[in-house]
Amino acid sequence: MNRLRAPHLLALVFGIAFLYLPILVLVLYSFNASRLVTVWGGFSTRWYASLLQNQALLDAAWLSLKLALVSASVATILGLLSALALARFGRFAGRTLFAGMIAAPLVMPEVITGLALLLLFVGIDAERGFWTVTIAHVTLTACFATIVIQARLAMLDRSLEEAAQDLGATPLRVFFAITLPMIAPAILAGWLLAFTLSLDDLVLASFTSGPGSTTLPMRIYSSVRLGVTPEINAASTLLIGLVATVVVLASLLIKRDALARP
Amino acid sequence: MGRKSLGNIRRSFAPWADPAAIPQVRFESVTKRFGDITAVSDLTLSLYPGEFHALLGPSGCGKTTLMRMLAGFEAPDSGRILLDGQDLAGIPPHLRPTNMMFQSYALFPHMSVFDNIAFGLRQGGLAREAIAARVAEMLALVKLDGFAGRRPDQLSGGQKQRVALARALARQPKVLLLDEPLGALDKKLREETQYELMDLQAELGLTFLMVTHDQDEAMAMADRISVMERGRIAQVGAPEEIYEMPANRYVAEFVGDINIFEGIVASVEGEVIRIDSPAGLMVLDDPSPGLAPGQKASLALRPEKIDILTVEPDGPGNKAAGEIWDIGYLGDFTMVQVKLDGEAGQLVKVALPNRSRKTETPIAWDDRVWLSWDVEAGILLRG
Repeated sequence: MNRLRAPHLLALVFGIAFLYLPILVLVLYSFNASRLVTVWGGFSTRWYASLLQNQALLDAAWLSLKLALVSASVATILGLLSALALARFGRFAGRTLFAGMIAAPLVMPEVITGLALLLLFVGIDAERGFWTVTIAHVTLTACFATIVIQARLAMLDRSLEEAAQDLGATPLRVFFAITLPMIAPAILAGWLLAFTLSLDDLVLASFTSGPGSTTLPMRIYSSVRLGVTPEINAASTLLIGLVATVVVLASLLIKRDALARP
Repeated sequence: MGRKSLGNIRRSFAPWADPAAIPQVRFESVTKRFGDITAVSDLTLSLYPGEFHALLGPSGCGKTTLMRMLAGFEAPDSGRILLDGQDLAGIPPHLRPTNMMFQSYALFPHMSVFDNIAFGLRQGGLAREAIAARVAEMLALVKLDGFAGRRPDQLSGGQKQRVALARALARQPKVLLLDEPLGALDKKLREETQYELMDLQAELGLTFLMVTHDQDEAMAMADRISVMERGRIAQVGAPEEIYEMPANRYVAEFVGDINIFEGIVASVEGEVIRIDSPAGLMVLDDPSPGLAPGQKASLALRPEKIDILTVEPDGPGNKAAGEIWDIGYLGDFTMVQVKLDGEAGQLVKVALPNRSRKTETPIAWDDRVWLSWDVEAGILLRG
């Protein structure tokens, strides 16, 4: 490997600082003893303690967690099904259209997706709340899950499945004994990705939630409009910690799976 | 001259020559297309019980497609495939009494060696003890006792190949299909494995169908070889038939080295045919009916059937003068290229076996030499 030269190192430091300095500041100020956000008053964890007393924030966090669990699970099942269709059914009629539609939410502005969903829910007179937000999140995250799983399926040696079939396994047995274990890391990675996307989504939730279904990002955002409190810094830090852990876990899974492959 | 030597093979196993023999596998006018490409074209072939058959050809000749159709991974567009008299059409791969050893071995990476070999047995609803006994038997057969607990990534290439073989044999298939079975092994291991596979096949008495692009592999292992060309069989026969009596120029050139002298038939007297070629008048013995003077014909000559002499030979054989153009020393023999006199100046390959460690008359570049070969040495190729 090449040694890092000074200009490269400098560019790296600047790049990382540009991306992560704001977050670092936020994390630091979450440990600020002072009530004033911009004045450093010494190290303290009091805002984390007061966080536990803030019932509205805790409710929002619990809702976001439930939402992320349910929507990630639904999105992963949908993603697995569409990845199988794309990777295994050959060149069926409408495949290109299907692949395009799957990828569309990736590039579609969330505001538009959110507005469209809102109009739909209003149109069919659906009561807005937990389930409408779940549906919105599944719409967004299923495409990410599909892409992660499809990439793994495309790399899977077809002769493994053929060998299993040749050895007397029915197509269903082949799927559960060979295909599923082989792509399991990708399925888990897809789920984790969907989970984090749902957890930190603000835009879609703002459009599709109703009274009594305020998610954590929505709660944080609305609090900030009334002025940033160190409590919000603490809540954000916890959220960042959770998302970062899950993302690192997902990328480790993908990497380990790639290394284990012959 | 008529050299008398050992070397030809007397085969006792030749059911294809017996009209009463019943083939085990029959491809009947099988055609398979992929889009515009015809992979297999109106192909008919019979395999006999206990035969080791090789499908030999360059990549894209349809040999793998033919094998995959027998395994059930591809369905023929037309024609039938019969196994023990039963039409296989519509029978999915998992219900066919064939098993395949894949080129990549396709060992299940998330399973131990034991579970890999047991996989096929578990689909049959066999008792746990019976499965364990069968796996142990298979491991002993491929000399891998004690490896049951290993994972595929803890095995060498040769060991993986053996596990793949054991796995394919565990279900006692009627026909074992081998897709380039030795392709991934290095040369030394390949030779060893080659003889082991042959012994195994003789021991089990199973029908083997092997796909290979390696002619040495096919020649050494198979009872019969089908040389394939663009979806058709160019010739079927025992290895020595394919080599010594190629049916056409494609087979002659694909299998082994060969010199081809193109010409016109000058005279036909019984079995003695004379061909007028730019390299001179050539005589050969060939019972080929229907050949008339004036027809185009070629004489094909294997490099090891030619002698190099320093003086002009006398006698009824063929001869041609030239000078030494190139010498390639290969250890067991030396491949010499001789440029014939005349306008055409054709290069002729001659293989000289190095039977002594020293020779009293070494050859050198640009030496004037005479080539000489028997009237039986040449092969007549029409057209």
